[in-house]
Parts: sequence; C-alpha cells; structure tokens
Amino acid sequence: MKILVPVKRVIDYNVKVRVKPDQSGVELANVKMAMNPFDEIAVEQALRIKEAGGAEEIILVSIGPTQAQETIRTGLAMGADRGIHIEASQDTEPLAVAKLLKAVVDKEGPGLVLCGKQAIDGDCNQTGQMLSALLGWSQATFASGVELAGDRAKIIREVDGGLEHISVTMPAVVTVDLRLNEPRYASLPNIMKAKKKPIDSMDAGALGVDTAPRLSIVRVEEPAARQAGIKVGSVSELVDKLKNEAKVI
Amino acid sequence: MSILVIVEHDNSTVNAATLNTVAAAKKIGGDIHLLVAGHNCADAANAAAGIENGARVLCADSAEYASSLAENLAPLIQALSNGYSHILAPATTFGKNIMPRAAALCDVPQISDIIEVINPDTFKRPIYAGNALATVKSSDALKIITVRSTAFEAVAASGGVAAIENVSATGDQGLSAYEKSELSSSERPELTSAGIVISGGRGMQDGSNFAMLESVADKLGAAVGASRAAVDAGFVPNDYQVGQTGKVVAPDLYVAVGISGAIQHLAGMKDSKVIVAINKDEEAPIFQVADYGLVADLFDAVPELDRELG
Ligand SMILES: Cc1cc2nc3c(=O)[nH]c(=O)nc-3n(C[C@H](O)[C@H](O)[C@H](O)COP(=O)(O)OP(=O)(O)OC[C@H]3O[C@@H](n4cnc5c(N)ncnc54)[C@H](O)[C@@H]3O)c2cc1C
Ligand SMILES: Nc1ncnc2c1ncn2[C@@H]1O[C@H](COP(=O)(O)O)[C@@H](O)[C@H]1O
Repeated sequence: MKILVPVKRVIDYNVKVRVKPDQSGVELANVKMAMNPFDEIAVEQALRIKEAGGAEEIILVSIGPTQAQETIRTGLAMGADRGIHIEASQDTEPLAVAKLLKAVVDKEGPGLVLCGKQAIDGDCNQTGQMLSALLGWSQATFASGVELAGDRAKIIREVDGGLEHISVTMPAVVTVDLRLNEPRYASLPNIMKAKKKPIDSMDAGALGVDTAPRLSIVRVEEPAARQAGIKVGSVSELVDKLKNEAKVI
Repeated sequence: MSILVIVEHDNSTVNAATLNTVAAAKKIGGDIHLLVAGHNCADAANAAAGIENGARVLCADSAEYASSLAENLAPLIQALSNGYSHILAPATTFGKNIMPRAAALCDVPQISDIIEVINPDTFKRPIYAGNALATVKSSDALKIITVRSTAFEAVAASGGVAAIENVSATGDQGLSAYEKSELSSSERPELTSAGIVISGGRGMQDGSNFAMLESVADKLGAAVGASRAAVDAGFVPNDYQVGQTGKVVAPDLYVAVGISGAIQHLAGMKDSKVIVAINKDEEAPIFQVADYGLVADLFDAVPELDRELG
C-alpha cells in the first residue's frame, strides 16, 4: 500500500504574525516558515505504519509556491520516500486543494491519505473531509488512534465530549490530531539522504483543476488588543476585586 | 432567502451550540429551517421545534443517522441544499466533521468558524489562532458556514412553534461504522457554555492536583478546562483542552492556573470578559491578557482561594 500525506508550508507556530499595513493579508516576507505541525504528526504516523510493515511507500504532496519543496524535503528527511510539488498560490482554498489532491490520488492510487486536521494559518479544518467526499471514501477526522486491520481501520477520534471509536473501510482519509504521536526529528544521515530523494514538480493547471479563489478576502485586520490589567498582591485582594470591582463572582 | 441550520443533538436533546448557530442565522436574515437527522430522534425534533426563530423542522429519522457519521449526513445535506442560500452548523467537532464533506459534495467552499455576520454574503472569521481577523465574501449562491458559538448570543431554547416535517433518508453509504464513545461525565457545567471557567496547565504537575481546581469550580459553579500541555501529560482528558485546536470559551470569568499563555492557548480564551492568571513567573505572557494577575505559587494560592470562597 502507498500512503499519501499532504503537507502544507505555513508560518512557524512560534512566530507572532503581523497583519500587512494595507490589510490585504498577513506578512509572509522574511518570516520563518515550517511544516504545519499537524502534518508532521501525519508524516510520523505514515512512517510508523511503514515501519510496522503496513505500507511500502510514503508520498508527500505539497501545494503552494516553489518553497513548498522545502517542506516536502523536511518530510523526506523524516523518512518519507518521495514528493510531489504542485505549484500554486499560497492562498489556494481548501476545496481547490482537495481537488488537486484527488487528481494525485487518482494517479497514484494510495490506500490511505493522512492529512493534518487543520492548517494553523487559515484554521479552516476542511481539506481532508473535502478530499474524502470527492473520492467517495470513508473519513475519520481528529484521530488520536489509528490501527490498520486488513480492509478496515480502527480509529479513535477526539470529539467535544471525549473520545469516539469508529471503524472505517479502506481506502480512507484520516485527519490527525495532536495526541496521535510525537513526530521524530530528522537525523543528519537522513537529511543527507533526503537530498537525493525525488520531488516531482508540476503546475496546478496541468492537473485540470480550476484553482481560482471562490471567496474574496475583503480585509484582514488585527483583533482588538486586550489591555493587561493589574497585579493583585494577595488571594484576598483578588477575591475582593472579583466580587466588588469586576462583579463576576 | 431560507437558511438551513444543522441541529447537533444526541437523538433526545439539542446541544446548546445549536442555539448560537440559530442566532447567527437570524443575523443573516430569512426563514430558518432546522435539520434534525438522527435515529429515534423524535424528542430531539420536538426540542428543535421549540427553538426560538425556527420556521420549520426537517426530521430525517433513520438508522444511518444514529451516530452522526459524516459519510451518511453529507449526502442528506446535499439533497436538501436546493432552495437554501445558507447552510449553517456549529463549529463543534460535529459540525467540523460533517460540513466540509457536505460543501465538497455541493461544490462550494466552506467558511469556517465565523464570528460575525457583516451581511448575507460577507463574514468575519479568525485566522492564525485569532491573531488576525479575515473578512471574506462569497459570491456562490449557496454558502456553507460553521459558526463559533461564543461569538453569537444564544436564542431561546423554548417558545418557538415550528412545524415538524419528515424528509426522506439518503441511505447508508456503508463506509464507516460507529463503535463506542468514551465520554467524560461531569456534573459541572459544559466548558463552552459555562459562565466561569477555571483551567489548569503544566504547572499543576499532576492530574490529582486538579482536585484543587475542581473544589474551587464547585464553589463558583464553574467548568474546569486545561492547556494542551496538561492534556498531553495525561492530567485530564482531551475534551478539557482550551485553545486554537481545542475548545473556544468566552465566559464572564476565566481563571488560568499554572498556564504560561502560549498564543495557541490564548486563541481559545482571550475573548473572556474577565481573565485571572495565577502563575509564579511574573514574566509569563498570560499576564499580558489578564485583568487580574497574581504572581504566586499555585499550591499556596489555589487552596487559599478555596478557603476564601468559603
Ligand atoms: C499546532 C499546535 C496547536 C496547539 N494547540 C493548543 C491548544 O489548543 N491549547 C493549548 O493550551 N495549547 C496548544 N498548543 C500548545 C502551546 O503552544 C503550549 O505549548 C501550551 O499551551 C503550554 O501549556 P502550559 O501553559 O500549561 O505549559 P507551560 O508553557 O509549560 O507553562 C506552565 C506554566 O506554569 C507555571 N507554573 C509552574 N509551576 C507553577 C506553580 N507551582 N505555581 C504557579 N505557576 C506555576 C510556569 O511559570 C509556566 O508559566 C498548541 C501547539 C501547537 C504547535
Ligand atoms: N496547500 C496544501 N498543500 C498540502 N496539503 C495541504 C494544503 N492545504 C491543506 N493541506 C492538508 O489539509 C490539512 C487541513 O488543512 P485546512 O483544511 O486548510 O485546515 C492540512 O493539515 C494538510 O494536511
């Protein structure tokens, strides 16, 4: 079985983002970028499945500008086998991303797609579900447990009330949550090896998918800043303030 | 213009986030219909019929909807989509799971997690963990939207007199099967709708120390939450997590205990009315958003708080 892992290049989660003065978006120039943290977890899970003999090949796909290849390279250094880069705008919407991924799935025929549950830039939380719909496959979102068992997979999902266990038919699209695993660091020899692993690059248009945005961004602004309040000297002062000043208890 | 709101329910009662979603639909304006898809869900349909502002309840009562599997719900939503300008669901794990699947079947983009309705085709939503707010406009005839419940004041759960109408089921897709749930049971209020939330972080050191927070919570009628670090360390279950990738809360009072205030945590609580931070590190970023900060060891401060509250 092949496993396909879509990986997105996003602003590193430690960076404090800044809105552009013209309110057209957030500043991406000279900002540290990294693989979406959820996608690292997806790559790690794919590696574990392969190491346990459950898959032969792990293919990474990234949709975005040329630099998205660096993100693929990061995943190759973790141990994935090869990459596919689809040249497109950084702002390609989830529906278009899902359509591009479907084209890749149709060509490569993976038995499992492991996505992140959400990209931490747009916070959309859509792509895996959309891809699953377009493929007519089963869908398991927010997975904190993945166990393959022949033609089915047993998934533990993190839901608002706690955990949910489901069983899905294969092939499946699974979106991974934070507690599924802890991604490994790439070792130096693996980083060297990754340099020689193939990355296929193609244009979004070549896949016959219309990637024109369907939503227009009217404006991007900073949220109203919260002012820091005061420091209280003691627990009793705190209780007094909450009772008599803020009147919340 | 008609709006379809997907009701989140457990076949008998309606989840509170649905009421906030109806409130967002009301802001958009138009006839509001409510879809109750479930199995043996007459009680849920009756409850939905009582929601203020609902004009009609569509009830799809069939075995394949028993456990809200996206593969079975999305085709139903698609089948009903004709004639609606907007389809809304709460941005809970229920809504986040099913709505993008329905959107793809309808070939329309989804607008996730809206916090404001500017007009019927323009919405505001947080991006980058709430560090930026995007105003987005859709030109599609159908808009599929999930709603951040804390941003819209709930409509009343009763007083409405919507007629209930049965709709045909769309069949079991045979793709996945529900097995079981491990739900955390608690007598305390639900995290996302509680008026007061007290959360613990890595500073709590151990799950058993959460008993200190629970005691305070019970005196205040509060819900208990946590940071990701506390959940990852196994102190408390996953459904306690507040933040960018956990739950978003906006209570009247949020008390953060032994939480540093990473942006991913702030994303889930910075719209709270009053924020209190208890942390022994006076440089902790949580103090930058706290209305009242107490620099103290939580193992002294929390028991003292408990005593002060009687
Ligand atoms: C993709 C992604 C998504 C994430 N999503 C979330 C999310 O949804 N929610 C979330 O919370 N985090 C999330 N995080 C994690 C986030 O970045 C932080 O790592 C996490 O919030 C830290 O938790 P903490 O504040 O409990 O721990 P720490 O940062 O370790 O802080 C512990 C604090 O406790 C204080 N402390 C220690 N002992 C005491 C004591 N005895 N008395 C008083 N104070 C004490 C310390 O001074 C410190 O400030 C996410 C991260 C990533 C990468
Ligand atoms: N441009 C992209 N390239 C590759 N994968 C993507 C891209 N956008 C989204 N994904 C995948 O879809 C997941 C969810 O993204 P989103 O729906 O944007 O929150 C991510 O974690 C990735 O696995």
